Amino acid sequence: MLEVQHLSKSYGPFPAVSDLNFNAQKGEILGFLGPNGAGKTTTMRMITGYLPPSEGRVTVDGIVLQDQPLEAKRRTGYLPELPPVYPELTVEDYLRFVARLKRIPAREQAAKIDRACRRCALADVRHRIIGRLSKGYRQRVGIAQAILSEPPLLILDEPTAGLDPRQIIETRELIRGLAGEHTVILSTHILSEAATTCDRVLIIRRGRLVAADTPANLTHRLKKTDTLLLEIRGPAEAARAALAAVPGVARVELSAALPGAAADSPARLTVESQGGDIREALARAVVSAGWGLLELKPVEVSLEEIFLSLTDEPAAAEPAEAAAAAR
Amino acid sequence: MSGLWAMIRKEWKIYFVTPAAYVVLALFALISGFFFYSMLAVYVMQSLSGGEFGGGALNVNTQLIQPLFFDLGITLLFLLPMLTMRLYAEEFRSGTMELLKTSPIHRMQVVLGKFFAAFGIVLLLLLIAFAYLTVVLHYGKPDLSALAVAFLGLALMAAAFLALGILISSFTRNQIVAGVVTFSLFLLLWVAGWTTAYSSGTIAGFFSYLSITTHFQNFTLGLIDLKDLVYFLSLIVGGLFLTARRMELAE
Repeated sequence: MLEVQHLSKSYGPFPAVSDLNFNAQKGEILGFLGPNGAGKTTTMRMITGYLPPSEGRVTVDGIVLQDQPLEAKRRTGYLPELPPVYPELTVEDYLRFVARLKRIPAREQAAKIDRACRRCALADVRHRIIGRLSKGYRQRVGIAQAILSEPPLLILDEPTAGLDPRQIIETRELIRGLAGEHTVILSTHILSEAATTCDRVLIIRRGRLVAADTPANLTHRLKKTDTLLLEIRGPAEAARAALAAVPGVARVELSAALPGAAADSPARLTVESQGGDIREALARAVVSAGWGLLELKPVEVSLEEIFLSLTDEPAAAEPAEAAAAAR
Repeated sequence: MSGLWAMIRKEWKIYFVTPAAYVVLALFALISGFFFYSMLAVYVMQSLSGGEFGGGALNVNTQLIQPLFFDLGITLLFLLPMLTMRLYAEEFRSGTMELLKTSPIHRMQVVLGKFFAAFGIVLLLLLIAFAYLTVVLHYGKPDLSALAVAFLGLALMAAAFLALGILISSFTRNQIVAGVVTFSLFLLLWVAGWTTAYSSGTIAGFFSYLSITTHFQNFTLGLIDLKDLVYFLSLIVGGLFLTARRMELAE
């Protein structure tokens, strides 16, 4: 559906995006994740034809953007970071203009505008002037504009930025509803958003792709060792020794007791395994020692941690890049 | 084609809701009406006093229409930057340029759409001027072909102003900057011909050629000179073409 090959953009000597390669399948929601300034917007602007890339090419639905820009643009809907609306116009007039701009045949325009308004819940503000609408409504007008011609590819740059929590949930639901019919690429710097909305996540850092996978696989891949959390009613130090003796255990750490906790409060331990499922062995060890096993659960590595570990690369790489940027 | 039409309609809609178009139309009607009335009064007075010596009425074309069109030109010089300063600056500032550049529309259609929309307002302004002149048509016998050429000259000059104004607007995201630069450039082009009053060298000749008034003058006299046509058409085509090129560049 979308193919991005060797996409690069540099401003003078400063590379904003370098050698980006990825594909998106039909009906997929692809999340673009990265800290601010990582090159997300630049990449999206190149995919939509707003910015010409320094190198590389973009293929939308089999059409190469660099060869047939107008045909590729017909197949793309785009919501920039700021919704591209004219504050002087009413929602209706604005969408009419967009419909003509997107070359929707005249007899289909009214039906498509109706449909976009329904999907974006704009029916009650259709005749109001956009400049007087709230930020949330304006964002929805922006989304309506992007989906109006029902393009196979939708590019949404931070679709939930600046919305209140309720609007964020509504917008996410709307985007989920768009998938299937459209291929959606959205950018965000909010991890939970990528995790809950996207089928696949691309993490970019300094214009380079550092990881691309499903949120679940990313989480799994980064869990080098499985970590388990145990809560035991019993002597803390003895429990630590007993658990460390269980085969397959790499490390046991005793969490400090909360200040002011009762002497007989349960001990909390974190156990790292070398691999393989050791939960039964741990449970058996605790029970056979006569202690009470209150809790035994795997610790999920959050996407936050993955993000941080990927975006804070080893310091060794930094000086070279900084020098390159300075030159 | 539909993209061009969409742009024209959008710009017209914004002209009339902002309501820049009404302001420009009303002020033009007021100012040109004042000019017309004053000049007509002077013309009538001079004709009457001329009549005492047996000369009769003065030539309507040279004594009334020519100076009147110069003043209409000055009025346009003041008002047209109001029509063009917004056209690109606002698209850049509000981010709507991202919509235009990512839509299946050629950038020349965007430029021409804006130009034709602004020129549509200019046609309304010329219609107002024509409405005043119907008085002269009714009571006097001006040379009609000369009058038509004067209108053609005014329209060409306005179109050249618009093309330059649109080009300047595409270089900034600030309307005020665009407006001030446009107005200043128009004024410079208007007065550049004054060099010939105190000098006759090649440089003075060059400035005189650059000057809008040099080329506009022949039209007000009812003369179509190829040199003047080339001057205005090259300003129009050059301005619009450079604006389209400018759109390709990143912000």
